[in-house]
Amino acid sequence: MKLELRGITKRFGALVANDHIDLVVNSGEIHALLGENGAGKSTLMNVLYGLYTAEEGDIVLDGVVQKFKGPGDAMAAGIGMVHQHFMLIPVFTVAENVVLGHEPTGILDTLDLDAARKLVREISDRFGFEIDPDALIEDLPVGAQQRVEIIKALARDAKVLVLDEPTAVLTPQETDELMGIMKGLAKAGTSIVFITHKLREVQAVADRITVIRLGAVVGEAKPSDSAATLATMMVGRAVDLSVTKSAPKRGDAGLSVAGLTVIGDRNNKVVDDVSFEVHAGEVLAIAGVQGNGQTELAEALVGLRTPSAGAIHLGSMDITHSSVRQVIDAGVGYIPEDRSKDGLVGDFTIAENLMINRSYGPPFAKGLNIDFANRERIAAELIKEYDVRTPSQVTLAKKLSGGNQQKVVVARELSRDLNLLIASQPTRGVDVGSIEFIHERIVATRDAGKPVVIISTELDEVTSLADRIAVMYRGRIVGIVDAKTSRETLGRMMAGATV
Amino acid sequence: MSDTTETPVAGRGATVIREIMSGGATRALLSVVAGFIIGAIFMVFSSEEFLAAAQYFTSRPTDALGAAWTAIAEGYSALFRGSIYNYNADNFEASIRPMTETLRFAGPLIASGLGVALAFRVGLFNIGASGQLLFGALWATWISTRVELPWGLHLVVAVLVAILGAAAYGAIVGFLKARTGAHEVIVTIMLNYIAAGILTFFFRTPELLREVDGGGTPKSDAPAETAQLPLLLGPEFTLHAGFILAIVGVFVYWWLMERSTLGFRFRMVGHNADAARTAGINVERMFVLAMAASGAFVGLAAANQALGVRAGLTPDIDGSIGFDAITVALLGSSTAPGVLLAGLLFGAFKAGAPQMQVIGLAPEITGVVQGFIVLFIAAPPLVRAIFRLPPPQKTTVIADWWHKLTTRGGAK
Repeated sequence: MKLELRGITKRFGALVANDHIDLVVNSGEIHALLGENGAGKSTLMNVLYGLYTAEEGDIVLDGVVQKFKGPGDAMAAGIGMVHQHFMLIPVFTVAENVVLGHEPTGILDTLDLDAARKLVREISDRFGFEIDPDALIEDLPVGAQQRVEIIKALARDAKVLVLDEPTAVLTPQETDELMGIMKGLAKAGTSIVFITHKLREVQAVADRITVIRLGAVVGEAKPSDSAATLATMMVGRAVDLSVTKSAPKRGDAGLSVAGLTVIGDRNNKVVDDVSFEVHAGEVLAIAGVQGNGQTELAEALVGLRTPSAGAIHLGSMDITHSSVRQVIDAGVGYIPEDRSKDGLVGDFTIAENLMINRSYGPPFAKGLNIDFANRERIAAELIKEYDVRTPSQVTLAKKLSGGNQQKVVVARELSRDLNLLIASQPTRGVDVGSIEFIHERIVATRDAGKPVVIISTELDEVTSLADRIAVMYRGRIVGIVDAKTSRETLGRMMAGATV
Repeated sequence: MSDTTETPVAGRGATVIREIMSGGATRALLSVVAGFIIGAIFMVFSSEEFLAAAQYFTSRPTDALGAAWTAIAEGYSALFRGSIYNYNADNFEASIRPMTETLRFAGPLIASGLGVALAFRVGLFNIGASGQLLFGALWATWISTRVELPWGLHLVVAVLVAILGAAAYGAIVGFLKARTGAHEVIVTIMLNYIAAGILTFFFRTPELLREVDGGGTPKSDAPAETAQLPLLLGPEFTLHAGFILAIVGVFVYWWLMERSTLGFRFRMVGHNADAARTAGINVERMFVLAMAASGAFVGLAAANQALGVRAGLTPDIDGSIGFDAITVALLGSSTAPGVLLAGLLFGAFKAGAPQMQVIGLAPEITGVVQGFIVLFIAAPPLVRAIFRLPPPQKTTVIADWWHKLTTRGGAK
């Protein structure tokens, strides 16, 4: 099916999220939609999927103008969407999830699960998905769950399949498998819209590439174009994606973790006998596919989770059972992975957010009172130093872009006297310009002789920032390797292989 | 798609509270207007002249419309006479008495409204103002009727005991929530029953607080003269120093929530408990402290009720204050000036209702108006639809001005 978007314009108040966007996706084509976070990719796809109504423009399928009132209309017209966050019910089987919402029924309206199983098996066999219709979703690895999402779309006769940042949760190997699946689907005639900000993937799989920036189409690119060309189109200026850093000057062990074990919310060992050391002046990156215990490890390090065994030492100080406040006072800076949930108070101003972990004493408090004069001065300084783009320091944090929000968090954590920095997904959902800036700051912290722990699921980030890389898989550290280790080896480790 | 982040501790209720609180002055004002319009409709339909004229509406509509107008005008001027200024009175004292009555009624409403408002700001729904008030009043009564202290000191001790009693009762709620995860709405409702029971038991038992020569009905002695809140304007008026307590409360509340670091932490927990925890705040301890502080403000209302009277107390001294406090906090957007104004408005309703009865209107109309005002506040989409307001992300000039007035700096 041929999909055409003609002059789609979507406004939110004064903000133009999509500005007269034209896009043509031919039948059987993999069309990459490349753009930074916040460029308007997701808005455009939500318009296509009937979740938003565009102010101007038409959606045309095989020459027929469509009017979608909701996702139901879009699905009926043959558009399927695989969201970044899966819409699956964990305790249902694959077959049950696939037919949910349009269940095949037998006599007296009973659920015909055999028909559902047959449907799943058919699609799975046709494209080589290797999915058992009777497996429970919660027992499947993430890559397989994603394939279930694709089966779900195909089971409703999707002729146009939209994949929204599908590789964010996959290992490099799973990513390769997904790309194989995409190519197979395209060969069978499905049109695929592949939304991403990862240049490597675009080059590997796309037939054509449309780049959008600030809500408008910048132009079309070929997969054979160099990564530098694509990045320049995406960001609007030349970008240097590599991080320049000198050789580490390793000092004493700043952070030592020994035999750390954390019991998770479902009573399983989410962090299992983890030991490592981070020296002053080095960056240790903890790599791994999302959900392998990295989040819980970080939370245990900063006191948000109580370890059931093991010890954490900061220098000579035992912080295994310290409270969060004690850990903060000991000089541990922490950039949490989910800034809007854990890093910022959205309804607080920037100035207020800069003091949330230092409300007990100077410089932000004077006796029982907030020291407003000091706060105003410090906020002004930090906004300037950390290049936070905001109309004023009393702007609410939730009104800032992702990159600027993250800069506020980084400013707050790095502006204290640190003995350790723990940064979890420091550049997730952040624009390229801010990524460069945040990476520079992290390297500067290392060069100032502090131990730094980076937790990231982005291999590019891990390899460019780290001096050493620890790979986590199912709560254990599979191995700690040099930063120059190949992607293939790291990928295998992320899937559990030991070196 | 949209990243709705929910805080597990404060829960969905806190999100709704935030939404309700975020309306600001414009919505509060429009809700009051809408409430008055609905009150007017009730007045029209309780007017016999109007109902008679409505029989022949099609032939002479002016009769019905005129009767309707008269009914509204008479009703609201009666409310005005009863609550602000009685222009029909014979002398000056009588003409301004309604105003002083409004202030007297407003005192406990403002104080307990501040208590509920504080909890709201921390993301907690304190339905327990009634129980906290009774518990504070119980110990204040103990001091005022069973303890003898010199003039001055007696009153101070009685007021402090009222505050501490109510604060302790509030702290129980925070403690149970922090320790067991019990929801504060359930806990406060149950504690309301318990407080009412305890108070009645004390007022019924001769060895405890029953009046010395009392009969079988639960009733205490009148507070000792040394423990009574002094009258402010002489014996002509019933307005007593309880109103001063409430005003002091307003200033303390403003300082606590807008200027102090403790209030900053309270608000942090209310807005985003996860971020607060990550920032090293002991969220559980904040729940206990916030509920204690919430109770302390309610304790000012307890002092009002227990020490502002010249006669013995009965177990219904809380009246409807515990629940009115919720409406006051809602209408006042949980800000200090907002609660002050909302408390004065609802105080005026209480003071003015008898005058409406005098001219033959049901005094319950004020209750209906009050209820609708809060309904409009709590149902923002409804108000937005009625007045065709833009969606909430846009702020208005009035809202900005209000925000600047009530917080330092203010958001642009």
